[in-house]
Amino acid sequence: MATSAAVSVSRAGAVLGRAGGGLARGIAIGYLSLIVLVPLAALVWSSRSEGMDTFWQEVTKPQALSALKLTLGVSVLVAAFNALTGTAIAWVLVRDSFPGKGFFNSVIDLPFALPTIVAGLVLLELYGPNSPFGVDVAFQRAGLVLALLFVTLPFVVRAVQPVLLELDREMEEAAESLGARRLAVFRRIVFPNLLPAVLSGVALAFARAVGEFGSVVLISGNIPFKTEVSSVYIAGQIESDNPTGAAAVSVVLLLISLAVLLAIGAFRHWRTRHDR
Amino acid sequence: MRRISLSFLPILVLAAGIVVGARAATASTTLSLVAYSTPKDAYGKIIPAFQATTAGKNVSFNQSYGASGDQARAVAAGLSADIVALSLEPDVSTLVKKGIVPSNWNQNPYHGIVTDSVVVFVVRDGNPKKIHTWADLAKSGVQVITPNPFTSGGARWNVMAAYGAQRAQGKTDSQAIAYLKRLFKNVSVLPKSAREATQVFASGKGDVLLTYENEAIYANKKGVHTEYVLPKQTILIENPVALTKSGLKHSEAKAFLKFLWSSKAQKLFGDAGYRPVLKSVASSAKYRFKQPKSLFTINSKALGLRGWKSVQYRFFDHSNGIMVKVIGH
Amino acid sequence: MTAKYALRFGALSYLALLLLLPVGLVFYRTFEHGFHPAWAAVTNPQALHALWLTLIIAAIAVPLNTLFGVVLAIALVRHRFPGRGLVNAIVDLPLALSPVVVGLSLYLLYGTGGWLGGLAGHGIKILFALPGMILATIFVSLPFVVREVVPVLREIGTDQEQAAETLGAAPFTTFRRITLPAIRWAVCYGVVLTTARAIGEFGAVSIVSGRIEGKTETLPLYVQSQFEGFNTTGAFAACVVLALIALATVLAMRMFRPREGAG
Repeated sequence: MATSAAVSVSRAGAVLGRAGGGLARGIAIGYLSLIVLVPLAALVWSSRSEGMDTFWQEVTKPQALSALKLTLGVSVLVAAFNALTGTAIAWVLVRDSFPGKGFFNSVIDLPFALPTIVAGLVLLELYGPNSPFGVDVAFQRAGLVLALLFVTLPFVVRAVQPVLLELDREMEEAAESLGARRLAVFRRIVFPNLLPAVLSGVALAFARAVGEFGSVVLISGNIPFKTEVSSVYIAGQIESDNPTGAAAVSVVLLLISLAVLLAIGAFRHWRTRHDR
Repeated sequence: MRRISLSFLPILVLAAGIVVGARAATASTTLSLVAYSTPKDAYGKIIPAFQATTAGKNVSFNQSYGASGDQARAVAAGLSADIVALSLEPDVSTLVKKGIVPSNWNQNPYHGIVTDSVVVFVVRDGNPKKIHTWADLAKSGVQVITPNPFTSGGARWNVMAAYGAQRAQGKTDSQAIAYLKRLFKNVSVLPKSAREATQVFASGKGDVLLTYENEAIYANKKGVHTEYVLPKQTILIENPVALTKSGLKHSEAKAFLKFLWSSKAQKLFGDAGYRPVLKSVASSAKYRFKQPKSLFTINSKALGLRGWKSVQYRFFDHSNGIMVKVIGH
Repeated sequence: MTAKYALRFGALSYLALLLLLPVGLVFYRTFEHGFHPAWAAVTNPQALHALWLTLIIAAIAVPLNTLFGVVLAIALVRHRFPGRGLVNAIVDLPLALSPVVVGLSLYLLYGTGGWLGGLAGHGIKILFALPGMILATIFVSLPFVVREVVPVLREIGTDQEQAAETLGAAPFTTFRRITLPAIRWAVCYGVVLTTARAIGEFGAVSIVSGRIEGKTETLPLYVQSQFEGFNTTGAFAACVVLALIALATVLAMRMFRPREGAG
């Protein structure tokens, strides 16, 4: 009698809990909608508010197209470069050992924690007109690339590190003892295991680079057709009281972001399946 | 007990009344000033000066500074403003169109203009490239910095100064436009705003910067090593100030506006590098700026300048304006 | 052997040139003329208010994102509901979105003429006021707690939770005594990431703030306005404050990082 009462109480509690859980879930999804979905819906709606003709007109304006081409080109370049340097840095931080390694390991996160405007100012000071080394890349594409390399630094490194740490070294050691050269060992044994992590980091770096604003806005000079990226172009359209044009180009960037997200999601799925 | 507490009651009520009344008398008003970027330092001194007057007592200010067109756009989108101080009249007209500023805003003796300036050439210390005239700007090998006229108010003053200067020298309309094309061939960087242009020039790019005289003076004050040349022919830059419909509801806002044309405020504008509009201050020894030989305005019909409304459309329309072809790629 | 040293030298030089030297230079430039000018530059009322505003916005955004982040993570991992994949994608969206696009979408929604633009007419100011800046900050810092908690929830599995349930524990008790301790460190790490992102936000907030001095100017925005006014000492000094906060964040990240190896 007592146990059946206890069971029915706990069952009622479970039902209520599930209902309560359902309520909490509903509120959380409502939160998500209010914060993310509704503003983005307003964005998409606004981009089409003057008709699809205007949408296409705005997106295909020479300055907008040039900004988009530059943004994509530079982001691919930076992401690819990060694939190399990020993996190398992760390798050094995991496999190598030297005094101060902990310090270097910690500072990798600095670009993530630093406000983008501070990053821009900091780079401008060292590699701009007031550079104590005389290295001046301000108002040029090189400056743009530099800012993007700064902000995308952590992504590939932090994606590769945990995988490298967990890697079973037996295969490598076996291959080496059989006489394989180190580069071949890396290429044929280590790298295939790192590839999903590298790609995941590259996708994150690419997504970050495409949308970057604060660090780029100071050092690149924002010269239309030369160093103006899409995010700066959009800000300029807002300032020129052309919100429809800004929204149209934003929708294009949004679609690119979604595509990148799908890619990241796919890699994560691949990785979790891979791990199991 | 009850008798005592009852007798306290009227005293309490009286005390409460005094306290509430006193607070009402010293209750402060907050006014919102939305301005373009260059007069920030000037208003930084003018506002305390206003607050020292009886009309300005207990008035506090919210201040916002940014690019002129950008600020106008923000006000149209909902940024609270009681007083708008912008770089050029079209930016105020945008707000009139959107019903934020009343259409009679410029019906006062100064037509709503609170400060003047002129377009000047800023060059490196010592003027190594010997730039003195508009013709010098179009010479080959001279790099000119001017902001983008589609985003910057200051840039539009620059373009109209260049155009008007040609007309003032007797050139025809088509010759003046041809000059603009030659001038913009020498323009390699088009920053978004006048302030950004100053920073680009200060960082070492370019041989000459076209900008407001007050901006040149400000840069020098901040330690930038440049000097400026007053060209023979140049345009009179007129900066408007207006009360918004919400500002009209506050007598303090009206008082502040009036204060801007007082001798005290005009002197403070003069200290910040502006040309005062109040004649008594403008003609005084300290604030007497050099006069260019040929000074014209946006309303100099003889030179083909028929006011901002027509100029804005003819030159700066995003699709069909003359500048689209001049800058075009 | 030389390959190892070459790689080490290459990697560390890259980090030094890209990261350490620029940040170090700004510290140097800030204090070049002595401690006092720099101190004065960040203790004036406008700078102090900017710092306070930045911290207040984070103090509101971070707990909200933490609370809802944990709830969303549990919902995504433990429950099957229609649209789960979509919710997953939406949670990740802020990571891939440009802050300018975020700011623009809020501007279009709450500005005059937007769907919720009428709120301003009723005295509820969202845009160009604190609420808009909070919404922008919440938007950009939303994903981190969710993304950190989800894999941990997946890993620990439901065994313990189910056992508790069969023993008669109420769902909230199960959550409090079994789930929460298990995800504790993931939540901490997520909170640190969220805080870093919230404090560092610039692009989205710059569009919705209105730049009202002493009212809607965060510390990153203050850096920009000082730089634009040629007040380089003020700009650098504020940068140093933000860099110090960033360094503290980096240390906290190191403390809470999951799967910390020999690093």
